[in-house]
Amino acid sequence: MSEATGGGLKSWLTTTDHKRIGLLYFWTAFAFFLVGGVEALVIRLQLAHPDGHLVGAETYNQLFTMHGTTMIFLALMPLGSSFFNYIVPLQIGARDVAFPRLNAFSYWVFLFGGLLLNASWFAGPLFHAGVLNVAPDAGWFGYANLTERQYSPGPNIDFWLLGLQILGISSLAAGFNFVVTILNLRAPGLKMMRLPTFSWMTLVTNFLIITAFPVITVGLLFLMFDRFFGTHFYVREAGATPVLWQHLFWLFGHPEVYILILPAMGIVSDVLPTFSRKPLFGYTVVVYSGILIGFMGWGVWSHHMFSVGLGPIADSVFAATTMLIAVPTGVKIFNWIATLWGGDIRGTTALHFAVGFIAMFVIGGLSGVSHASPPADLQQTDSYYVVAHIHYVFFGGTIFGLFAGVYYWWPKMTGRLLDETLGKVHFWLQFIGMNLAFFPMHFIGLLGMPRRVYTYSPDLGVSDLNLVSTIGALLIGLSILIFVVNLWRSRTHGRPASNDPWGGATLEWGIPSPPPPYNFSVIPTVESRLPRWRTERHGPMKDPPARPPAPIHMPGGSWWPIVAAFGLPVMALAPLTHTLWVVFVGAAILLFGIYRWAFEPFEV
Amino acid sequence: MTHAVAATHHTSMGLDSRKMAFWAFIGSECLLFGSLISTYLVYKGRSVVGPYPHEILNIPFTSVSTFDLLMSSLMMVLALAAVQRGDMKWGKIWLFSTALLGLVFLGGQVIEFTEFVHKGLTISTNLFGCTFFVLTGTHGAHVTVGVLWLLTLWVRALQGKLGPANAMTVEITGLYWHFVDVVWIVIFTVVYLIQ
Repeated sequence: MSEATGGGLKSWLTTTDHKRIGLLYFWTAFAFFLVGGVEALVIRLQLAHPDGHLVGAETYNQLFTMHGTTMIFLALMPLGSSFFNYIVPLQIGARDVAFPRLNAFSYWVFLFGGLLLNASWFAGPLFHAGVLNVAPDAGWFGYANLTERQYSPGPNIDFWLLGLQILGISSLAAGFNFVVTILNLRAPGLKMMRLPTFSWMTLVTNFLIITAFPVITVGLLFLMFDRFFGTHFYVREAGATPVLWQHLFWLFGHPEVYILILPAMGIVSDVLPTFSRKPLFGYTVVVYSGILIGFMGWGVWSHHMFSVGLGPIADSVFAATTMLIAVPTGVKIFNWIATLWGGDIRGTTALHFAVGFIAMFVIGGLSGVSHASPPADLQQTDSYYVVAHIHYVFFGGTIFGLFAGVYYWWPKMTGRLLDETLGKVHFWLQFIGMNLAFFPMHFIGLLGMPRRVYTYSPDLGVSDLNLVSTIGALLIGLSILIFVVNLWRSRTHGRPASNDPWGGATLEWGIPSPPPPYNFSVIPTVESRLPRWRTERHGPMKDPPARPPAPIHMPGGSWWPIVAAFGLPVMALAPLTHTLWVVFVGAAILLFGIYRWAFEPFEV
Repeated sequence: MTHAVAATHHTSMGLDSRKMAFWAFIGSECLLFGSLISTYLVYKGRSVVGPYPHEILNIPFTSVSTFDLLMSSLMMVLALAAVQRGDMKWGKIWLFSTALLGLVFLGGQVIEFTEFVHKGLTISTNLFGCTFFVLTGTHGAHVTVGVLWLLTLWVRALQGKLGPANAMTVEITGLYWHFVDVVWIVIFTVVYLIQ
């Protein structure tokens, strides 16, 4: 236990404590979020006026590609993971996840994958590229055959595909871990239908991860073989079709959309009841809707491909499934509103973000339904209208939900409350900023501005709207700065948090903030869906005692997850530098780490 | 051997956590091989130059490989049964036999691949070459991992560090091995038998 409680660099590098790994995920993902945000600001400054010349076309391509890739794979997914890690074991009454070292491995793989991707910003000289930045530049969904060696000869796409392969390993490892943790490590009495909604949505999300990621793995594998070994998976001249990539990518990509939004929906479903002092309205329906979304998320991918020309039957089927999937989503929206209805509402920052989530996600959902219709979609596709849609869903949806989670759980994670005044300034600036930034994009798109062009002509008539959008983006930047100040201040000036600053119903609020390494001095027995609240049939449960009645043995740290994880970026250096022996070095490191890991004594 | 948190504790579903994780992994692998096999089928008959499958695939040879791999699954079952009843003498023999048959399969694949290259089918010749080598190669990589895993268990058994207490580890190895075997049955049917 000494390593789990002690400080110092070693204790962090070797940690297997889900809470520490959760914090590592948070800070790393937040740093990448800032990087992706700066990329977005440069994009918006470039587009503030027509004929902008802040950056050239090539750098612009890299900026929008890395902005999308970073935000999706390095910011939103891992920010969700930080809550999976920190909160889920607490919500289910467990001492840790099912596989603590695999959990550490997931984190380190994520970190190394993210660093590898971003190294491309500075790696130009290594490849004698004549420029500093050789970042990926084919868009975040990297359509073939633009990504083929013939059309993208530089190392840019190599960084992208190798980085994504590594990040996929991280997500898959974490996916198995959390599926097993939630199914198998629940406290006595915590039946599935008593599980907090956030843990439920985490389970659905991780099922989606372990089924969707293998598909993009195969897509990227084909791309890797095409680029390095002369295969023709996406080469039209050889009889292949680049549309294969689109199918593989979106078969992964649409479940991925729900991988990004379901955790936020789970957070909101936990935050709203706490601050309305009411149980979640229609808990069962919300849970089943989440599961249904998970299933239906597999049947809508071709709506990303209406403009390919798949034929009237495919288009009609995917239009219908896409409209259908709006139903369980709409059900959830009404349940959240009904939870607020007649509640004893406390307007905390967390609640502001949760309600902001509902409002913004409705707008994003409606524009989404509008391109479920193929004829309408053909007018919207590849225009700024789609950019508006994705940002209402991911920024207005996922980010607002995640911020609700940060303000809600920060006291649990650090023992300090965030400042509510700064929090509300943050919320309103971000809320106004995002609507200024993204609402005009609907019009910019419908007026005919395509996305992914580095500049536009004043004759297009969208100059004013673009300026408004840029002002909105700067406001978002300012709001995030205020959030950073709030985080920083909370370390010293934040009000110390009690076990339960909000009067929460779920298990995590019954233990100290931050929790001790063993989480629960005594594993609680759960008798209702809202164990810490008085319900018709149950009184509130007794919180675990402050001191454990018997010594609790917790796993010590391990070096081998980080060692094994390090083998992966080393292996990736081999194709990047076209030196074969490096791959053996990387594989040796990976194998060495795995063997030491398998055979070290790790008693729990 | 490795211990997961729940391996020594009560679990909510009454199933060992490592085993559950492994079933989840197998589910995930189904999607991986599903994507590879689908791609093979989608691109079937779309090669613009030869050699084509019917000119090159040697069904009798691969039938022997397939039989070999099927028998290795039988050895795996026997290995697990031996370890479970604490008969480590036969446990070692069956573990090694499983690995050996795995190696024979891999040897067969090496011979097959070499022959194909001599007959003019490389990974970059045509779409058949791309999809065939990447699909069967990915499967071969899985067999290789399985052989390493089995040999590791065998060495542990020789060292006296594998006994009935580790039966779960052997069972999970078996899950993996049988899965890889089943995938091969699908590949053999789809690629070789149904041309």
